[in-house]
Amino acid sequence: MVAVTLWGTMRQYANDQEKVEVQAATFKELCDALIRDYPGMQPQIERGVSLAIDGRIYKEAWFTPISADSEVVLMPFMQGG
Amino acid sequence: MKNTHIATKVNGDGVEFTCEPDETLLEVLRNRLGLTGTKEGCGTGDCGACSVLVNGRLVCSCLVLAVETQGAEVSTIEGMASGDGLHILQQTFIDHAALQCGICTPGILIAAKALLDKNPSPTDSELRFWLAGNLCRCTGYDKIISAVQAAAAKMRAA
Amino acid sequence: MNYVSKIRKFKQVGTRPARPDGDDKVTGRALYGADTVAPGMLMAAVLRSPHAHAQIVSIDFSAALAHDGVKAVVTGADLVAQDEGSLRDIQENCLATTRVLYDGHAVAAVAALTLKAAQEALKLIKVEYSALPHVIEVDDAMRADAPIVQSGRALENVPEGFSQNVTYHCQFGHGDTDAGFALADEIVTRSFKTAATHQGYIEPHACLAQMTTDGKAELWCCTQGQYNVRDICSALLGLEGSQLRVTASEIGGGFGGKTNVFIEPLALALSHKSGRPVKLVMSRSEVFRATGPTVSSSIDVKIGMTRDGRITAGRAELRYSGGAFPNETVSMGAQSAFAAYDMAAVETLGWNVLTNRPKEAAYRAPGAPMAIYAVESVVDELSQILNLDPIDVRLKNAARKGSKSSYGPTFDDVGLIETLEAAKAHPHYQAPLGPNQGRGLSAGFWFNFGGNTCVSLNVNTDGTISVIEGNPDIGGSRASISLMAAEELGVPYEKIRTIIADTASLGHNDITDGSRVTFSVGLATIKAAQDAIQKMCGRAAQIWGIDADAVTWEDGAAVPAGENAGKFPPLSLAEIAAVSFETGGPIAGHFEVNADGAGVSFGVHLCDAEVDPETGATKILRYTVFQDAGRAVHPSYVEGQMQGGAAQGIGWALNEEYIYGKDGRLQNSGFLDYRIPVASDLPRIDTVILEIPNPGHPYGVRGVGETPIVPPLGAVSNAVSRAIGKRLTQLPMSPPRILQAILKG
Ligand code: FES
Ligand code: FES
Repeated sequence: MVAVTLWGTMRQYANDQEKVEVQAATFKELCDALIRDYPGMQPQIERGVSLAIDGRIYKEAWFTPISADSEVVLMPFMQGG
Repeated sequence: MKNTHIATKVNGDGVEFTCEPDETLLEVLRNRLGLTGTKEGCGTGDCGACSVLVNGRLVCSCLVLAVETQGAEVSTIEGMASGDGLHILQQTFIDHAALQCGICTPGILIAAKALLDKNPSPTDSELRFWLAGNLCRCTGYDKIISAVQAAAAKMRAA
Repeated sequence: MNYVSKIRKFKQVGTRPARPDGDDKVTGRALYGADTVAPGMLMAAVLRSPHAHAQIVSIDFSAALAHDGVKAVVTGADLVAQDEGSLRDIQENCLATTRVLYDGHAVAAVAALTLKAAQEALKLIKVEYSALPHVIEVDDAMRADAPIVQSGRALENVPEGFSQNVTYHCQFGHGDTDAGFALADEIVTRSFKTAATHQGYIEPHACLAQMTTDGKAELWCCTQGQYNVRDICSALLGLEGSQLRVTASEIGGGFGGKTNVFIEPLALALSHKSGRPVKLVMSRSEVFRATGPTVSSSIDVKIGMTRDGRITAGRAELRYSGGAFPNETVSMGAQSAFAAYDMAAVETLGWNVLTNRPKEAAYRAPGAPMAIYAVESVVDELSQILNLDPIDVRLKNAARKGSKSSYGPTFDDVGLIETLEAAKAHPHYQAPLGPNQGRGLSAGFWFNFGGNTCVSLNVNTDGTISVIEGNPDIGGSRASISLMAAEELGVPYEKIRTIIADTASLGHNDITDGSRVTFSVGLATIKAAQDAIQKMCGRAAQIWGIDADAVTWEDGAAVPAGENAGKFPPLSLAEIAAVSFETGGPIAGHFEVNADGAGVSFGVHLCDAEVDPETGATKILRYTVFQDAGRAVHPSYVEGQMQGGAAQGIGWALNEEYIYGKDGRLQNSGFLDYRIPVASDLPRIDTVILEIPNPGHPYGVRGVGETPIVPPLGAVSNAVSRAIGKRLTQLPMSPPRILQAILKG
């Protein structure tokens, strides 16, 4: 299981929990698992999210591996100028 | 409107063209003479990207009517380098990284050269006020000022 | 992946060679967006809304079409209608279909033999509008009874009961802020406002389009991302991506503002209708009215601090408006507002609100400058109240390795402490101040990005190298890319030429944004060089008749890997290249990646300002930028980014703003009234580059382009506030506003 920290807005879809646990070994599996377990997150995840794994931010990277002891933080999809 | 025939000199070469009475020198340089080194940033005299010399005087070519250049001498960026190499100012701008995007560079080079021709050793403050009509959004002007001063020193020594 | 941070001695990275495009740019030869022509080319002009908000009842362009020299007219009906979402918004923004949403919104475009004929024809287009109520200010637009800009656009994250103009809501943070505030000895709560500002690139948008009847098209334009332009334009024109080739011209500044598409689809549609090439160039006024300014904002900040300067809790509520179309820029502000601080309790709330202003475009670190300005102002005020040194307060609370960031993840090495210490040790910080002078300080932060990147590196038979990359070079990136290729290959910089590919010549590259080019393209170039090196080692192995893994690369040549590999004199890159046809064919390296690991970036700015108490005018006396660049590949261009960002931020702090009349029309759409800093407004901008290598890049590179615009807003405001002894809370700090604060007593 991977513990995922949710940003404030996403917590409402997970009974106001700051952290949820899901079964996932990659970025994509994590997104799929969140949608399955917390359907309220679906619109945001489908619009795009980033993932910070042990402090490094990933976007659109399905096969990025996640290990059970990683620090995993869900973040909005990021854009620069 | 009827076109007017104009005979002038651009960068030392005799040039003839026809233009409408309300056409600007900038439009003629860019669109009729193919001299696109002179840039348009605003068309209203506020940015200096279109700076050229007319009879040795620094002007915004977007504010000069082309018909006013009858018999005049116009100098643009295309005339700054001589056949065998860049002008000291041009080379110094490259060496000092005084350009980022480079869109302001032709106008700034023309304006800086006009100043150094009159005042070979300007203070930083004189230089900054002289160049106040030439906008640069990329550099914060720092390296432009350094480059002009370095070029001025080289030109004085030359 | 993490790159082993072995201490590497660079031979070329860190030097300052001449940029490859320098000669073209100082002689006027470089071709920018408006500098090309095509045989038979038409000139185009755009009709724009004079209303802030109106229904389009009808458009009659028959008289325009009949006008002498006019060859084509297009309206919103000529673009392929998109289903929904961001493409639909781009389509509506490029050409309105049923409603105009802001002053300057495009309604129709004309192509004619001359620009004058096209402009005359615009006056002959009869548009019947039915004016609708408009709203310009973000706080007004949030009110329940505000005129509605667009309805039905709120995302599921917006709680019920808000105006339909509120389209997005976000919330970040951790810890118990109420408990944190209870621990504070001093709490300051302030409200701030920042104006929309424009990127202000000196080159207006320009393009030249050719579209033929068989569905092929060529587009030349000034853009930060030719692949993005291709994808959007092919959708709006119903073209196949492969049939639309987009070539990025030299670009006269962007800063985020040229990440969007505005006129390109119009030029393509006009070319399609007329069967001729069409050139379309915006006027400066059009650039201001219809392209992206940044968001305007209204922000509340509350911070608690102990007597000895420890922050106990922070809270911020940010209300941003990015104009008439939804965006989520506020999420970047809400995440970065407190990023510089190690906090036990922090909470940020963000709201995006629609107003009748042009569609926001990214501007250097979008969303961060205004949020961090508000926070840094309150931290400065608390330091003043508690009589503490503002750098010491920041050092005490600085985010560091192991801090839980305000947006969630735990920080690795982030370099903020080193940056603050460098500022504290700098002579600038100790220099005496005179009357009416103040010194301001602000930290700044940006995420930085990597993203999709593709590089080809060709080894030519004469031993020279062509690097082909896909990101327009705005500020000298070709020089940095060439340096990294030279370093990796072990050949002189002069042997390398880096060019920017069109969309048909290289795979996709993300936009030149997010401070990503030197990081991502650099990474891909190094990897492509390694790919080529591997191939060259293979050729050398074949020539020597030994195993490929018995060959390594040193100083630009293949050498046997050790005693056992055999004794052969080194084979240089040029020698291997010269016989490449004989040894298996041309040699090239490639690399494709969706790069991660860009690494966040912190900066600290020091500003000395003097305020004239009679006029309220501010003079910036001294300015120093401290920033971690990871590794400065070409230090001159790193300094240039730091200086340029600082100058833009100073303009934002002191002068720049979008000013609207009661009629909702923009009143200052020119450089005369929208005043960006000129040379005589600014002092020297000193730079101190710190190099704390980024483990996410083989050479330790960190993006540097965006962070420098973040701190100036707070640094200048703190300097001015200290100079006049009054806390200012609104940008820009124009002379009348400062005077008013002084006179309020
Ligand atoms: S184009 Fe002439 S001053 Fe700007
Ligand atoms: S270098 Fe870009 S405007 Fe001066």
